[in-house]
Amino acid sequence: MKSSKFSDAFEEARLDKGVDYINDQDDPAMMVLGHKDVRKCAHNWKTFQSGAVPGRIVIPSEVDIRDVRQIPFEVDPPAHKSYRDLVEPWFKRPLEEVYTAKLTQQISSLLDEVLEKDAVEVISEFSLVLQSRALTLLLNIPYSEADLWISWGTHVFRSEESALDADKANILYDYIDEQIDKAIENPGEDLYSVLLSSEVDGKKLTKEEIKGVMILTFAGGRDTVINAVTNTIAYFAEHPKSLQNLQDNPEIIGTAIEELIRYFSPLTQMGRVVTEDTQVCEHAAKADSRISLCWASANRDASVFENANEVVLDRKINPHVGFGFGKHSCLGATHARQILRVLMTTLTEKVDSMDIIESVENIEEIDKMKRKVGFDSITVRFNKK
Amino acid sequence: MAKITFITSDNETITVEGNSGSVMELAVKNNVKGIDGDCGGVCSCATCHVHVEPEFTSKTGEASELESDMLEFDDLTNEYSRLSCQLQVSDDLDGVVFKVAK
Repeated sequence: MKSSKFSDAFEEARLDKGVDYINDQDDPAMMVLGHKDVRKCAHNWKTFQSGAVPGRIVIPSEVDIRDVRQIPFEVDPPAHKSYRDLVEPWFKRPLEEVYTAKLTQQISSLLDEVLEKDAVEVISEFSLVLQSRALTLLLNIPYSEADLWISWGTHVFRSEESALDADKANILYDYIDEQIDKAIENPGEDLYSVLLSSEVDGKKLTKEEIKGVMILTFAGGRDTVINAVTNTIAYFAEHPKSLQNLQDNPEIIGTAIEELIRYFSPLTQMGRVVTEDTQVCEHAAKADSRISLCWASANRDASVFENANEVVLDRKINPHVGFGFGKHSCLGATHARQILRVLMTTLTEKVDSMDIIESVENIEEIDKMKRKVGFDSITVRFNKK
Repeated sequence: MAKITFITSDNETITVEGNSGSVMELAVKNNVKGIDGDCGGVCSCATCHVHVEPEFTSKTGEASELESDMLEFDDLTNEYSRLSCQLQVSDDLDGVVFKVAK
């Protein structure tokens, strides 16, 4: 099987029942699988809430490893809107010319580095480095800070030993506390300082709230971006004609971004807590139980996507939910899209071809659910133009 | 060349001209407030939502099924709603007025 093939892990259950059930740390979740049902439940924030106990809507649940509420992610309307309106303009900065120019410079010099090597382990030597450096732009802090984040490894919450590692999470939380204190003493133009000087509904943000925004920013864009970048490299390594196609027709880069996000679905699912007894496609959902909105499954729904299991880079209509759907759609999507845009553009400029030397798949496993989300390691030779 | 008018939610009127691409692209190029076009025009994000002024609906036609499905879950949807990424700029749209939903 090709390394860049990502199978649909949910087809049978989606066609058969429309839902599936997984246990997760004794807090089971009913996975909603069909495209329409996923969008419907994502839209219905009153019945399917995000503002539950912090960590509970994440699957696997983070209830045991964190008490801080991520903002605006774990807040429901109407409070959600005030927070979202506050942070949204900051997270649209990736559209600014100077931001894109800096990102291009970062990715371009990283590609130059890997083009000089015989072989590169893409996750540790490319994607993790790219993600960390790009995050300095999103936070508007010095480039050199990326070295520390690179030293943390690929997962902020996960380690090799266990899927949910409280020690590792504490490294991040302590670090963010320190950075907030530094910004209080010495305000600058970084995200911490901007949040410190901000008000929501006439009240200054508390340190706890700022921490919630920062944890979301760090955690939400870590392995998702790393997987999206790595999987994109794997795809173009195995589809040299597609890379040539992008070079000949750069206008399709926009649709290519959306299609790769649909196909890879870097985030498999996100949970919600049910607030009243209800039904999802004729299956009972009890109050205080969890459902999951399975983006990865919805993105392969053949009733919406023709040739759903194929990558069609110039797919014109592509109502994917790879960045979620509704009020809580991904805050970092603009940053992520810009990373993929610059990555693809720079690949077409500098890289002739890429050869996958060896790869080990990363299979996400929760109870009986098994889905390929990326790679544990993938060694690639980048060949210069 | 088609003249297209956008009225933003704070009642600013912007008239622009175009002859190709989508109405969303035209709006983004001209910095029309409330039209972001986050997904680049593939009908995935609904950040290009407009309400067609009633007298022009015969010019814009009706939304496709996938577009309607997207609009179904937008709180600002009414019977005149369209996603402007799904409207191609052409002479047929000359004179049309859109109210920006957001």
